[in-house]
Amino acid sequence: MPKLSIRAAPVLAYPGAAALAVSDASDGRVLLALSGRLDAQTIPDVWRDALKALRDAGARPVIVDAAAVDYCDGAGVALLVDLLRQPRAGAVEVTNLKPAFGDLLRQYDPQSLDRDLDPPPAARPAIEQIGRDTSGLLRDMRAQVMFIGQVVAALAYAVRHPSSVRWRDVALVCERVGADALPIVALISFLLGVILAFQSAVPMKRFGAEIFVADLIGLSMLRELGPLMTAILLAGRSGAAFAAEIGTMRVNQEIDALTTMGLDPVRFLVTTRIIGTVLMTPLLTIFAMLVGLLGGAFTMLSFSIPFVTFVKEVEGIVSLQDFMAGFVKSFVFAILIAGIGCLRGLQTSAGASAVGDAATRAVVTGIVLIVVVDGVFAFVYFLLNI
Amino acid sequence: MADDVIIRVEDLSAGYDDRAILEHVSFDVRRGEVFVILGGSGCGKSTLLKQMIGLNDPLAGRVLIEGKDLVTAEGERRDALMRKFGVMYQSGALFGSMTLLENVALPLEAFTELDREQITLLGRMKLSLVGLEQFTAHLPAEVSGGMQKRAAIARAMALDPQILFLDEPSAGLDPITSAELDSLIRRLSKSLNVTFVIVTHELASIYAIADRIIMLDKRVKGIIATGDPRQLRDESTDPYVRQFFHRQAELTAA
Repeated sequence: MPKLSIRAAPVLAYPGAAALAVSDASDGRVLLALSGRLDAQTIPDVWRDALKALRDAGARPVIVDAAAVDYCDGAGVALLVDLLRQPRAGAVEVTNLKPAFGDLLRQYDPQSLDRDLDPPPAARPAIEQIGRDTSGLLRDMRAQVMFIGQVVAALAYAVRHPSSVRWRDVALVCERVGADALPIVALISFLLGVILAFQSAVPMKRFGAEIFVADLIGLSMLRELGPLMTAILLAGRSGAAFAAEIGTMRVNQEIDALTTMGLDPVRFLVTTRIIGTVLMTPLLTIFAMLVGLLGGAFTMLSFSIPFVTFVKEVEGIVSLQDFMAGFVKSFVFAILIAGIGCLRGLQTSAGASAVGDAATRAVVTGIVLIVVVDGVFAFVYFLLNI
Repeated sequence: MADDVIIRVEDLSAGYDDRAILEHVSFDVRRGEVFVILGGSGCGKSTLLKQMIGLNDPLAGRVLIEGKDLVTAEGERRDALMRKFGVMYQSGALFGSMTLLENVALPLEAFTELDREQITLLGRMKLSLVGLEQFTAHLPAEVSGGMQKRAAIARAMALDPQILFLDEPSAGLDPITSAELDSLIRRLSKSLNVTFVIVTHELASIYAIADRIIMLDKRVKGIIATGDPRQLRDESTDPYVRQFFHRQAELTAA
């Protein structure tokens, strides 16, 4: 037999099992004689049988004789209460219960336990639910706009009073958002370059055009994929971390403590994170671009395109404008990632899953906004012919 | 009588990272008594409790529950030992995603073969014992801190264990609920012979419920007094013990 885990609930062997004997008394009443030890382990069967005997007795009065019960804990008392509370025509009476157990039984009012005193609220009509959800969505948008205002005000204050910024915290944010993210950014970008090169080199080789893979990788890494992938990575990594950190502070009432001390949580917690992220994201983006190109160049070696040729080709096609098109985006992405992460953290509600929810919402909102804003950039660049 | 001893703490040293908070502590808890652990902040009350419920391993020494060593027990044997007692943690430690009733029902579902309906009734009875029958469907976050605490006591009692460990049960409770809790403790200890090990500071509650107390002190890293609380208050010669009881007595007398 396989070993049982705790969840599989092994039934414990207890000395002295419970028993039930049903008999008819001479005066027409039904006698249920309980005996032995009544506890949570011993009574499940007795309980079911006793309820059945009660039903079988119909309208006849029932006497529950507990004279032979030598132990009766909360579960045993629950059995007695359950018998007493059953709605039936004939009375149910418990007799001969030892005084100690009687004390336990007297703590309860069987009739009140019959009712659910905390019933679940009635389900709302669909139309009301739609209204609530819509107003919730509007409230969330309003909160986001208000938050943007607060952040702008806090950043403006930081510019005017640089000494008010906690630069040690900024340095810590820089380390965690920037330096600590280097390995993952390097890995993803390098593989992205390798994959792009492979996928495009194979069909292009058929036309003898594999040298243009360098153009493709150069343009796509610098204009689009470098900034976008870095931003999505950071949204998953640092955006979630900000939300969880600030969310935990909210749950621990640390945010309340800041507020009552007269310290603005936005200025105290959000400013440092936004400054740190804005400083690091563009650097990480440049790093991602370079490593991506390196991945492409590395792959092209196997298509007998030497490193120098690859670099020359990229130099020829990529302009400073292309680089700036990607670079500028990374600043906007940085503000989005840090801002959304902090906002979701500050919005954390109560409960065990609240911090997890905040982190999830930070990542989801962050990635959605990054992609939407990237689309806006693409449209604007198209109009400006960049 | 040796049979009467339900928990034996033997030459226990405990602490964190080799920094001992308690050294060579030994005492017995007898079956059916209300045993109170007392002492100032930082004297190791919570450390001692964590050792007694097997959450932390001791630096040295043993904890025996009904003669079986909790420290060396493993697997199913350890689980079986652990099911002998219920614990109420200082903060309540209710599961936040479950309603109060589901919190109380969880051990019943896991360790008994009772039906859904029977478990619901039993859960509601436990919650009504602590005055929460009107909050069974609430989540912990939706009720006050004191109510969470009471629900945690109900959960600790769900399986009617032979031993109940309560970590500061009356902190955060109003005096009426606190007194009701005291009488519940007395009743359970008298009628079901349940053993209570309680960490508390409430002197009023100690006089009402305690059969025996031990007082810990951080200067000796161990026990400085054992006995009946009234007797200690009136007869102890230890200045710290006298201060502990006396100062409080003065305040309550005023």
